Amino acid sequence: MAKPRAYVMVSVDADTVVIGAREVKTRLAAEIGTCGLGEEIRVLETGSFGPSDAGIVAAVMPEGLVYGNLTPERIPQLVEEHFVKGRPVSAWLLAGEHILPDPETTDSRGQQYFGRIVLDNCGRIDPDSIEEYIANDGYFALGKALTEMTPEAVVEEVKDSGLRGRGGAGFPTGLKWSFCASEKADMKYVICNADEGEPGTFKDRLIMEGDPHKVIEGMALCGYALGATQGYVYIRGEYKLSIERIRNAIEAARENGLLGKDIMGSGFDFDIAVKIGAGAYVCGEETALIESMEGKRGLPRVKPPFPAKAGFRGKPTNVNNVETLANIPFIIRNGAAQFHGIGDPGTPGTKVYTVLGHINRAGLIEVPTSVTLRDVLEDYAGGMRSGSFKMAQLGGTAGDLLDASMLDVPLNYDSLAKNGHSLGSGAILFMNETIKVCDFLHACMKFFAHESCGNCNPCRNGMAALLELTARLKKGEGYPGDIALMEELVMGMQSIAFCPLGQSPAAPVLSAVRYFRDELHAGINVDAVRPRPEHTMRHLMKLAS
Amino acid sequence: MAIKLKIDRQDVEVPEGTTVLDAAAEAGVHIPTLCHVPKVTSPGSCRVCLVEIEGARTLQPACVTPVTEGMIVRTHSKRARQGRQMSVELLLANHPWDCNACVRNGQCELQTLAQTMGITDVRFPYTREEVPVDTSTAAVVRDMNKCILCRRCVAVCQDVQGVGSLAPRARGFDTVIGAGAGENLCDAVCVQCGQCAAICPVGAIYEQDAIEDVWRALDDPEKHVVVQTAPAIRAALGECFGLEPGTCVTGKMVAALRRLGFAKVFDTNFTADLTIIEEGHELLTRLKTALVDKGEVSLPMFTSCSPGWINFMEYFYPGLLPNLSSCKSPQQMFGALAKTYYAEKEGIDPKNIVVVSVMPCTAKKFEADREEMVDSGFKDVDYVLTTRELGRMIQEAGIDFMKLPDEEQDSPMGMSTGAADIFANTGGVMEAALRTVYEVVTGRELPMEKLHVAPIQGLDGLKEVALTFEKCQPDWSFLEGVTAKVAVAHGLSNARKVCDMVADGEGGYHFVEVMCCPGGCIGGGGQPRMTTDEVRQSRIKAIYTEDEGRTMRKSHENPAVTQIYAEFLGEPLGHKSHELLHTHYHAKEPV
Ligand SMILES: Cc1cc2nc3c(=O)[nH]c(=O)nc-3n(C[C@H](O)[C@H](O)[C@H](O)COP(=O)(O)O)c2cc1C
Ligand code: SF4
Ligand code: SF4
Ligand code: SF4
Ligand code: SF4
Ligand code: FES
Ligand code: FES
Repeated sequence: MAKPRAYVMVSVDADTVVIGAREVKTRLAAEIGTCGLGEEIRVLETGSFGPSDAGIVAAVMPEGLVYGNLTPERIPQLVEEHFVKGRPVSAWLLAGEHILPDPETTDSRGQQYFGRIVLDNCGRIDPDSIEEYIANDGYFALGKALTEMTPEAVVEEVKDSGLRGRGGAGFPTGLKWSFCASEKADMKYVICNADEGEPGTFKDRLIMEGDPHKVIEGMALCGYALGATQGYVYIRGEYKLSIERIRNAIEAARENGLLGKDIMGSGFDFDIAVKIGAGAYVCGEETALIESMEGKRGLPRVKPPFPAKAGFRGKPTNVNNVETLANIPFIIRNGAAQFHGIGDPGTPGTKVYTVLGHINRAGLIEVPTSVTLRDVLEDYAGGMRSGSFKMAQLGGTAGDLLDASMLDVPLNYDSLAKNGHSLGSGAILFMNETIKVCDFLHACMKFFAHESCGNCNPCRNGMAALLELTARLKKGEGYPGDIALMEELVMGMQSIAFCPLGQSPAAPVLSAVRYFRDELHAGINVDAVRPRPEHTMRHLMKLAS
Repeated sequence: MAIKLKIDRQDVEVPEGTTVLDAAAEAGVHIPTLCHVPKVTSPGSCRVCLVEIEGARTLQPACVTPVTEGMIVRTHSKRARQGRQMSVELLLANHPWDCNACVRNGQCELQTLAQTMGITDVRFPYTREEVPVDTSTAAVVRDMNKCILCRRCVAVCQDVQGVGSLAPRARGFDTVIGAGAGENLCDAVCVQCGQCAAICPVGAIYEQDAIEDVWRALDDPEKHVVVQTAPAIRAALGECFGLEPGTCVTGKMVAALRRLGFAKVFDTNFTADLTIIEEGHELLTRLKTALVDKGEVSLPMFTSCSPGWINFMEYFYPGLLPNLSSCKSPQQMFGALAKTYYAEKEGIDPKNIVVVSVMPCTAKKFEADREEMVDSGFKDVDYVLTTRELGRMIQEAGIDFMKLPDEEQDSPMGMSTGAADIFANTGGVMEAALRTVYEVVTGRELPMEKLHVAPIQGLDGLKEVALTFEKCQPDWSFLEGVTAKVAVAHGLSNARKVCDMVADGEGGYHFVEVMCCPGGCIGGGGQPRMTTDEVRQSRIKAIYTEDEGRTMRKSHENPAVTQIYAEFLGEPLGHKSHELLHTHYHAKEPV
């Protein structure tokens, strides 16, 4: 078969699938075939291109032209004009800025962008093609590790890179690996946490959809470093396309001897299986995830023992986020130093976010950890779509609410921590003045109340109380003292709940009180009096006497 | 390995693997708990046992946190106290404030927690929706409005009893403890043992109360109300009045029952002795059929005096029903005889006799209601009270229990031996049977110290012993040299193990004693709370002391038993016995 002269890459991710991306792709291929161009022009699926408001998009390579808002009906004309007559249909072309900035571009503060680490292949290669991944340096890092590095050296390299977990807590990845690596056991497991339950967060999904092999390679490297022979990708059930692409990638890697027995003749055995998640938010917590993998109700475990000691099936287990693992091939390929040189030294590298809200372009971005919220808003999200910036929630429902005073703080753990905030899991929700803080908080509490597993008392009853307290504020029926009570409650839950989910409402509640106290206060009816449970009182007095 | 740590500035040294809770107890510090029940469950979920551990970001639950070398624990720092208070305040927030009209008033773990933590206000809103109270079974009432979701009941039903009828349903704030596939216990495979009621810390599960019915009968001048008390009651009733576990209160119990107005105070012990005679003969007959006649007979024979165990067999091992002794439980033998033998003897119209039992378990309530239990021509046993209910009745009647004199049961159905006493605890029925069977077969007393069969005593889940018959009496010469292998199990998860062995043709047992409740009836679901292993040991000790203090310690020595055969029953396993003292079982469809 002749080498194609061009590729059309249709961005098929879980969002565009539902609006017909697959139909567009099929129609494109059919139309190109009808015109007798099937040999010359290949139609491929790819992952997300990045923030977009342009419906179904497709890129024509190598020209790098991108069409947006495609429908099956538009295809015949497109093929006729662009491929037969050689005249791009300018009306449907998207402006260059819709594709991620190339390394030469600078941001609004004159800072230079850099190449992407995690998303470098997303939207550029066919995720179902291992050949394309390999052609783009794929599995180079695995080969390097297996032939040139000891497992200890891989752990050291990751430690030196300064990579911190991208699953929310920001725990240093190399350190985490070293715990599991030092355990002696006949079996160890590597788990990729692809449960991604935070509402509005779908970066892991887009990574898996756009470049599944990167995750597989990261897991294999992790397995080698830790002395584990089996990996699992725990994917939430709704992520049908991710499941499909990860499965294909595993299959292809096996066929190419990159998974399975004696990988690349090194004597290292490693295989990966997919486990489908149970669907609850708390299943993303690593011990609940392990319980769920063992076929039990997905409830968090009592720690210790920590998974590194006794995790899946009681064996040493390392759980990492999808994005964390997707950073590993770069680090091993290019060395810790290069990685460490990117972004903020305290949180080296990049961070992948899904950006959402009242902005012009919503979607997936990867930015160095030195950029600020303002950079993200103005350079990547295209500014506010309507109204003006009021607040942003950083890191999903369990994240902090920030007001305009925080726009210029760089988005990394240390800079945020200095301001009493944390980075969270990788979602940024921008909101304008139409959103009322009370309503927003109530919506967050609804999510938590819904997701509380109900196992432990403080979270189960605490979430119910928060739901009621915020509902009262929302209706302007709060009792005097409710705000202080809410603060006391979330802080209490932070130190008494069984698992981090019960500790989560603290972030949105405390930050909301910090920046929007007056607005919350407006939800209080100053004349109302909280009823005291007097019969309880009387009885306690009787008992005490 | 010993671990050294500091608890509230005290140096403590404990073995590795000890929890902070137990280490603190060593140091004389009592940390409150709720969801944790030693040896049963420790989900770490109620968060009332929180302590501050230096270096830990959050408060840690003492009940599940193992000690580590050099650990510094503060059990009543401000942070620890506030954390625990918040846990309890949150529990109270969604708990109905019904204390004054609650069965657990004054003996409720939640109340105690609130009180000891100095909680004087509950500031969080009550947001719960009322659910109907589950009164669907004869054994227990489940008021899920009061449930604090500690899941102790789930653990006991699943892990101790191996039944698994209770399980949390739904999630988050909507979580409820469901029964089987539904809301109500009648929708589940429940053996009615009441262990869930015994372990519940609050008023969410409690026995179906028969107190009103009993008062009504006592108040009715037409009725002749007699009472029987199970062997296990006397070793536990005192706990209702603040006595130490293991205080035997037989005499005061009899006196109290008389003062409550019962016409006759009899004893289930009497029919326990009778059970040994009937069951012993049944065993010997089965052995004869097997060894001499080479006939078809089911061995091992299982004891049948524990109704929860019968339910368990009917649900889970219908194939083994032929192995169950056909003897009714002592409670039901008593009822059938009270309305026939006793009625005849005293010339009372049986329709006016009301038989009340005081029993350690709720399954007896269910058993009394079984439709086959009407062999006297009437409902053999009218009402069943648990130990706890009797305690409440005595309190309600204003009887000063501690001031009561010791009194004796009435005859003839109040007469019994030490062998009947030990029906109360695991291993006891077997020991009582061996005392009689060995003597019947060999003509000599059981050759064991103080007549105790040591290997089957104690709280091990599954115990066994072998006994060889030598120099047999002529009638039993076929047993010469035969070694009888017997086993004892208590708690249904242990019973399950024996059943599985028997079903697989393993074990080689001839006779197996099973008691539904852990420790036997002394650990029954109707006994005063909380029954821990220490409490079980104390009650068992009290029972053995009672037994050893008797002059008659073997069932066949009971003159009232000899008398009833002479006057009424004829012979063991005879026609009348079959009619009144034996029963049959049916497989139950799992719901
Ligand atoms: C309620 C809850 C939900 C979580 N959900 C996720 C998730 O969806 N994905 C994820 O990677 N980590 C999640 N985590 C964090 C994990 O427990 C764990 O810290 C993470 O997978 C570790 O990976 P990392 O070290 O690579 O960040 C969640 C934690 C909690 C408490
Ligand atoms: S904190 Fe919430 S989610 Fe975590 S165990 Fe408790 S109830 Fe479950
Ligand atoms: S269960 Fe306890 S706290 Fe609840 S109403 Fe009854 S006595 Fe009061
Ligand atoms: S009575 Fe026994 S079997 Fe029934 S639910 Fe309670 S513990 Fe389980
Ligand atoms: S019913 Fe009682 S034992 Fe069961 S979970 Fe509720 S409070 Fe606990
Ligand atoms: S008693 Fe320790 S958490 Fe419940
Ligand atoms: S069997 Fe439960 S108390 Fe006797």
